[in-house]
Amino acid sequence: MTLLLDVKNLSVDYGSEAEPLPAVSEVSLELRRGEILGIAGESGSGKTTLINALLRLLRPPAVVRSGSATLHPRSGEAVDLLHADARELRRTRWEHTAVVFQSAMNALNPVSRLGAQFTDTLRAHRRIPKSQARERAAHMLDLVGIPAARLDSFPHELSGGMRQRATIALALVCDPDLLVMDEPTTAVDVVMQRQILRQVIRLQRELGFSVVFITHDLSLLLEIADRIAVMYGGRIVESGPAGDLYRDPKHPYTRGLRDSFPPLRGPMRRLNGIPGNPPDLRSLPPGCPFQPRCPHATPECAASVPALTGHGTERAVACIHADDLPALINGGRA
Amino acid sequence: MNDEQAPAHTAAEPVPVLEAVDVTVRYPVHRARGESVHALENASLRLIPGRTVALVGESGSGKSTFARTLALAQKPTSGSILLNGKPASAQGRRARRDYARRVQMVLQDPFASLNPLHRVRYLLERPLRLHGSVTGREDLEQRLRALLERVRLTPPERFLDAFPHELSGGQRQRVAIARALAVQPEVLLGDELVSMLDVSIRLEILNLLATLRDEEHLAMLYITHDIAGARYFADEIAVMYAGEIVEYGSAEDVTQTPAHPYTRLLLDSTPDPDRMEFLAGRTNREDGEPDAATDDYGEPPDLVHPPSGCRFHPRCPLARAACRTESPPHVQVTDRHWARCVLLVEPGDGASRDTTTAEVTQ
Repeated sequence: MTLLLDVKNLSVDYGSEAEPLPAVSEVSLELRRGEILGIAGESGSGKTTLINALLRLLRPPAVVRSGSATLHPRSGEAVDLLHADARELRRTRWEHTAVVFQSAMNALNPVSRLGAQFTDTLRAHRRIPKSQARERAAHMLDLVGIPAARLDSFPHELSGGMRQRATIALALVCDPDLLVMDEPTTAVDVVMQRQILRQVIRLQRELGFSVVFITHDLSLLLEIADRIAVMYGGRIVESGPAGDLYRDPKHPYTRGLRDSFPPLRGPMRRLNGIPGNPPDLRSLPPGCPFQPRCPHATPECAASVPALTGHGTERAVACIHADDLPALINGGRA
Repeated sequence: MNDEQAPAHTAAEPVPVLEAVDVTVRYPVHRARGESVHALENASLRLIPGRTVALVGESGSGKSTFARTLALAQKPTSGSILLNGKPASAQGRRARRDYARRVQMVLQDPFASLNPLHRVRYLLERPLRLHGSVTGREDLEQRLRALLERVRLTPPERFLDAFPHELSGGQRQRVAIARALAVQPEVLLGDELVSMLDVSIRLEILNLLATLRDEEHLAMLYITHDIAGARYFADEIAVMYAGEIVEYGSAEDVTQTPAHPYTRLLLDSTPDPDRMEFLAGRTNREDGEPDAATDDYGEPPDLVHPPSGCRFHPRCPLARAACRTESPPHVQVTDRHWARCVLLVEPGDGASRDTTTAEVTQ
């Protein structure tokens, strides 16, 4: 598979020069064409800051300190996402990259009919007549199971689920290479969540775009993502194929996170989550950010930040003890 | 069999401390047209000391209305709330306060439920002074420390003079729990207590609540949309759909041998990595394409005009003609497990009750 997005050593700071608040530190990741990459992390892990940096949506006081991010779209030349000028950005957005935000339900313009929101977007990027834009809009809605007659509806006339699906269809209207989804299903219940996710996968298979899916819910990612990157304290602490990451988590944080979800089936045992609190970015602990909460921490862990190193071709772990952790306790997990 | 109420008292069953009997709540929306939201319909529930009942359902299913009714923050349209067997009343300041001393509620968002202008000390002092028999400065100080220790915020001096914004989400929720415990209540109502917290710290809070429940013999209501968490934490689960309790039983019975089609749909939709074929897994592509036909279950109904018959029938994959017109019967599956579904009386194709994997077949 060819590379679509290549991020190297990206660091983003909030705060001032004197008091930096490192929200994202030295993140490197690769996204292949047609792949669903999940980024899992809790609040303050830096996952939203990371994608905001890639989409150039950071606002002061956030500053990109270092790193590079290159997008290789199907058509046209590679785009330097971090340094693209306004004209380049205008071209890249919608055509190459699209976003579905948290509370996607409320992302539609409430005073504009659904059809207008699609045709406006299309005609801002492509020189096509209105009728053709409308045809495309109807086609996109059809893909997510909304009848074309709804083009004349206002968002409030649609149900919550329809609005959510319409938002996804809108994001895909210019046929982007990359769809970024930031907790798109937090506002809906599990039944609808499942419907939406299946729809995204179906669309992804049909249209061939790549997805970066951000959520705090690791169990969700395990079921939709090809690969998962787990973030903690602004860093990627582990990455790998979804199934491997679940069956054999190598970072103590991933292990703890995995065992923070009570099993739905099978025997039940007492689970403990992860003791302690998520790190305060204003005063990160020395060395490994997870070290104060880690059951396997040793004095060396506080000495320096462990690098994300490869374990086999597909896995990477940032833990100096990754190879000598005790065997997993499989409570209710086969 | 057609008993509309929760299981009747038996000799073996402990006496409930708080009980809801056939509670119905309607919120008027358009008085002239006589329209109202049918938020809660004939709901009955018993809370027993030392036990937890989880109320599971999607947003808009009436779980919070039910909790508010149990806290007497919402007047039921009909039905009654019994505290220790006597009708509860919030008429007048004294009755209101007396009720609050016995029944406490902890809300979802600890960022909003703690006054940001006050230190933890003040937040915990208030209930102690209002309800407790504090004898003096020293006694108060001692009780404050004891409270924080009970919710494992130690050392207490680190937290007493902190403002809510100086605490993490988990710590704030512990303060909210400590505040509720300050009056030594008999019942604790928790509305989505952990859903705003990071997953890694949810279990600690749930384990803490379980310990408190056991030590202090609290009767607990745990409202959640997370059925896996309910299985972990609660003794009994009541599944709500569109304002009605559709299934009730022990946490294991409800999650392992679900009787109602909605419960099965809910279990089926919940991410479960152990199953891994959830979305015709990306990780095992050989499972083939996700089936387009099976994934549109529609949306919860409009409760101003709830569906006739069984409220779940428009989304039910097993619905038949009768479901449209007839109210579903209350069927006892085992002595402690019941559901409201006609299929349990006259099972048809694909309505096997023993489907532990909860497959909703077409």
